[in-house]
Amino acid sequence: MKLKGTLMKRSNWAIPYALFLVLFVVLPLLLIGVYAFRTNTGSFTLVNFTKFVQQTETLNTFIYSIGIALITTCLCILIGYPAAYILSNSELTRGRTLVMLFILPMWINILMRSLATVALFDFMHLQLGEGALIFGLVYDFLPFMIYPIYNTIQKIDKSYIEAAQDLGATRTQVFTKVIFPLSVPGIVSGIMMVFLPTISTFAISEILTLNNKRLFGSIIQDNMMMSDTMNYGAALSLIMLIIIAITTVLSSSDSEELNEGGLI
Amino acid sequence: MNLKKILAQSYLYLLLLVLYAPIAIIIIYSFTNSGSIGQWKGFSLDLYTNLFTGQAQHSGTIYAAIANTIFIAIVAATCSTLLGSLAAVGIFNMRQPWKKSIQFVNDIPMINPDIITGISLFLLFVSLGITQGYITVILAHIAFCTPYVVLSVTPRLTRMNPNIYEAALDLGATPFQAFRKVIIPEIKPGMISGFLLAFTLSIDDFAVTLFTKGSNGLETLSTFIYADARKGGLTPELRSLASIIFVVVLVLLIILNRKSSKSVKEQ
Repeated sequence: MKLKGTLMKRSNWAIPYALFLVLFVVLPLLLIGVYAFRTNTGSFTLVNFTKFVQQTETLNTFIYSIGIALITTCLCILIGYPAAYILSNSELTRGRTLVMLFILPMWINILMRSLATVALFDFMHLQLGEGALIFGLVYDFLPFMIYPIYNTIQKIDKSYIEAAQDLGATRTQVFTKVIFPLSVPGIVSGIMMVFLPTISTFAISEILTLNNKRLFGSIIQDNMMMSDTMNYGAALSLIMLIIIAITTVLSSSDSEELNEGGLI
Repeated sequence: MNLKKILAQSYLYLLLLVLYAPIAIIIIYSFTNSGSIGQWKGFSLDLYTNLFTGQAQHSGTIYAAIANTIFIAIVAATCSTLLGSLAAVGIFNMRQPWKKSIQFVNDIPMINPDIITGISLFLLFVSLGITQGYITVILAHIAFCTPYVVLSVTPRLTRMNPNIYEAALDLGATPFQAFRKVIIPEIKPGMISGFLLAFTLSIDDFAVTLFTKGSNGLETLSTFIYADARKGGLTPELRSLASIIFVVVLVLLIILNRKSSKSVKEQ
């Protein structure tokens, strides 16, 4: 009878998932922190962090990765915004088919897409390297910028635009004073969906630069995979986690709304 | 006005051309038996026949990788759908501040880059002393797929009449019966799209799998391709496999999209 009472209360149905979240989301993240402040033998240390600051190679890679991520994000905004704007303008395009064509590549495995970029460069007899890396990253993440911007522009109440026009605004003014400010949340989610994955990529950079240019993600992976440098890897992960937290708080984007839109 | 339209359209088509050119090149070069892309040795279906007859290099590994990918995706998507749907109902009926905090934790796996999710779970399994393999990969996939299921089921609940469930209980249904007969039919579309989303995410995953697959030779397609590409020179048969996957994914998504836009129109 008591069990039935517990089952009856619907809020209790989330208990299995709550336990699951504690074990497989919260605890693992805490473990990154624990490992980061430990030596191989398990005693407390700050050595993993001082090593990061002192090793110029790692620090340079870190700054380089942030730079590459910033360039990729900017290029995605510059290329993606006009595309999203045109797509959401019913006067200029028709139907969802075109939108879908832009979103489809999101569902193709990222490694496959990177290999496809390599194929394109091979085909055009272009050298792999930094250029290929930036091209590949923009190519991989552009749909993730276009989609949220398109979504927010779509949702703008058309009466605002009409009101602006009635009040005598020119087309340019309608864009700069109404559409653009209202589409900023879309840009912010786009930045989250491009910048965060870009700073943490590892496999893509190895494939696109023939392992010549390394990003921060690759260094984390290398250290993680060896048991004697695991704690150092954890410290580097913690640094990345902090960057992620800062970016998320700064943009405080509404990712829920985005995902509810349903991509399929 | 017309010129503007032409300009706008050509911009879009140019972008699409760039977006699809790499994929097109892989598909084109899957029809020639050459060691690398850019080297055309005449039309042939060799890469396809090799793939299916098992004459390709590493055939056994490729087959195992395909089977593993599908198996893991089915198990992970099924578990996430069950766990996530139940959780969505629970969270929906929770009171603050619990509701807010569980929603916050639910968001974490979606915001975290894969590498962080992968590393954190890797550390969990290492510190618990669990040998990594199928089970750990599946658990990891459930961890990052379930939040999406919760998010796709929740909107259906907001639309549901909250009294129907109570009515079922008053009429003598057990909570399980009420869940099966009242709630599930209402949230079914959300569960289906949640399942499909989870399935796709699982198939697509690379980083989390890489960190949780252990060292006993378990490979999924992504990790196999990564290992193969890292050795330098991609196995040519992977081009035909990739082409098949591209086409299957595109066709599936087009069908799903047609269906969903139709049902939106009907509503």
